[in-house]
Amino acid sequence: MAIRSRLRSSAFAVLLAVAVPVSAGAANEVRYSDSGPEPQLARIFSLIEGNRLDAALGETEALLKVYPNFRLANLIKGDLLLARTRPLTSFGQGGGAAARDKVNDLRDEALARLHAYQTKPPANYVPRYLLQLGAGEKYAVVVDTQKSRLYLYQNDNGTPRFVADYYVTHGKLGTEKVREGDQRTPIGVYRVTASLPRQKLADLYGSGAFPLNYPNEWDKRMGRNGHGIWLHGTPSNTFSRPPKASDGCVVLANQDLDAVAKTLQVGMTPVIISNSIEWLSLDDWQAERKALLGMIDEWRRDWESRDIERYASHYSQKFQADGQGYRAWLAQKQKVNAGKSWIKVTTNNISMFRNPGKEDYVVVTFEQDYQSNNLSNTMMKRQYWTKEDGRWKIVYEGGA
Amino acid sequence: MPLHRFFAPRTLVLALCAAAAVALPAYADQLQDASRLMKQGQQAQALEQVDKYLTTKPKDAQGRFLKGVILTEMNKLSEATAVFQKLTEDYPELPEPYNNLAVIYAQQKQYEKAKQALEMAIRTHPSYATAHENLGDIYARLATQAYDKALQLDSSNASAQIKLATIKELMSVNGRTVATAQRPTKPAVPTAPTEIAAVEPAKTPEAKPAETKPETKPAEAKPETKPAPVTPTPPAKTSIAPAGDATAEATKAIDAWLAAWSRKDVKGYLAHYARDFQTPGGEPRAAWEAERARRINKPGAIQVGYEKLRITVDGDTATARFRQHYKSGALKTGSNKVVVLVRRDGRWLIQQERIGS
Repeated sequence: MAIRSRLRSSAFAVLLAVAVPVSAGAANEVRYSDSGPEPQLARIFSLIEGNRLDAALGETEALLKVYPNFRLANLIKGDLLLARTRPLTSFGQGGGAAARDKVNDLRDEALARLHAYQTKPPANYVPRYLLQLGAGEKYAVVVDTQKSRLYLYQNDNGTPRFVADYYVTHGKLGTEKVREGDQRTPIGVYRVTASLPRQKLADLYGSGAFPLNYPNEWDKRMGRNGHGIWLHGTPSNTFSRPPKASDGCVVLANQDLDAVAKTLQVGMTPVIISNSIEWLSLDDWQAERKALLGMIDEWRRDWESRDIERYASHYSQKFQADGQGYRAWLAQKQKVNAGKSWIKVTTNNISMFRNPGKEDYVVVTFEQDYQSNNLSNTMMKRQYWTKEDGRWKIVYEGGA
Repeated sequence: MPLHRFFAPRTLVLALCAAAAVALPAYADQLQDASRLMKQGQQAQALEQVDKYLTTKPKDAQGRFLKGVILTEMNKLSEATAVFQKLTEDYPELPEPYNNLAVIYAQQKQYEKAKQALEMAIRTHPSYATAHENLGDIYARLATQAYDKALQLDSSNASAQIKLATIKELMSVNGRTVATAQRPTKPAVPTAPTEIAAVEPAKTPEAKPAETKPETKPAEAKPETKPAPVTPTPPAKTSIAPAGDATAEATKAIDAWLAAWSRKDVKGYLAHYARDFQTPGGEPRAAWEAERARRINKPGAIQVGYEKLRITVDGDTATARFRQHYKSGALKTGSNKVVVLVRRDGRWLIQQERIGS
């Protein structure tokens, strides 16, 4: 901690000692967008670290020109000015004891922003959850709540390509939403279900809102409730909110929401919310993806085989859909199967997203073209695959 | 020792103008009258006097500056602003007009402008204590504003408008500078406050007060100046004075005075000043003491030290010259100080304190 010792006398030691550790994985960061305030913020803190307080104040003032409502920058400005008149011992000290909580919020925001900036994922790594983007899904959103960061990916023929990352706020009481009103953000694979324009929203939601399909099939199955989990903007009196401040929504700065909004497709764009993103190298990602695609194909062929045991081996004992358990489902399938002399199934436009939570499952969605001697149909199908004793099994399926 | 009296701040204005105005003493009198009237609170008359003076010498810095001060006192802020503004253009090397502009801006809550003006004042005179202190107040206020924005507080009620110290007289110039300004042919003696005092007192003070070196800065406001590597410099061995004992005693007095200051012992600090101490700008002793107490009691440690101490003793008067290092919070300054001590009942007390060399 060489940095720390040099800093001992600095008013900002408390903050910097935590903020500075730089991740090893910051190799190819050129590729990442530096559009937000983080680069300047990082510069300001490194100037403070070097005890170049005048230069730091200059940078802070420049930052405030661009983001006048950036509370964190205002706090830093206050500290830098006050440091000219008396020694400071802690971050935001001049804010007074009464504002301690607010100062701590801003400190958390500073840490989150700097940490995310300094620990950008390497360019050849992707979030594990984006196993396969469907052809129609032009973009995908992955949120890392621990880092207070939202990563936007573009679909490049199925391979996720990084576009930009943004600071976000999530639930006051953290993640893993279970109940209505628990002020937590759900962890899982969701989709944007609507777009609400600014004109129809209260100021709190800022420049727009995109409701998500929480609770999804899995959540309902787990008995989770609540509603109104949105991606939305920030009220007009501030540039951003503290890392943990919403009632469960994921909140972006308005300019960031506007940028992300351009990429969101209602009913399509996946929004995956994680505690902490697992990153895979493209090679590992490719291997995992192929294994899963192979498994889906095996299921398809076993269905076509009309061998009910082989077909049923892909379904979990815990299978449940439309109020039907495994046994009822099996009985029905056996009945249907009896009338078939041939079955042909094709799957197109598969998308696969891994759940980021402790519950290990993959949400698979595809166009299913089903033909048989007595019935044919085409539908969008969704399945939840989970791992049981080392084997992937379907625990839910239904129309998407 | 009585000589010093003649260069007390009160007479300074006269001293400064005299260089240029020997031939026309009446004008100098007008200016002096105006200054006196202003101090007595008769602003309208003071303004009349200074305007009269300025009709004959429209470019005179002293007169214009005094007019600005009077207008400020009269709360004619836009007129005062114009006067000081013009002075900063005509005499960019003078810190006082910048300082007083800042005072007005601060009164109008234009703290950014106040800050810029004070920074200009300090750029011209890095050791200008009043400007430093005012700037400290402005920084604190700007910090409060920033905190308010950051934390959505509203301190506007809690902390009333800040009042910065107006500088009442032009002290950073010596007479020659002003003269130069008026008669550009003269070799310029640009500002340098260090140049000034030192000189041996004129023999017959009465004779030509003008000629004698204007003691530049009758310790303007407070010497809050410089950082303290504070090694209480070893007593001035260099002293030429025969009175070895007296030199040692005076050194001790200086040490004790700075020590009291450094430990923020206001009472102890003030006890080092003689009853007839010549307050800067001739302000009442009580007001001066209150201001000193306020400055010293500000939060944060103070360290004051010195180096290159030289003491000359002449009977019951000792003149100490040294480089003062002052440090308070982030403010570090260094300045050359001249402190005149007088022996009263066996104690050396400060009778004059000024910046100079």
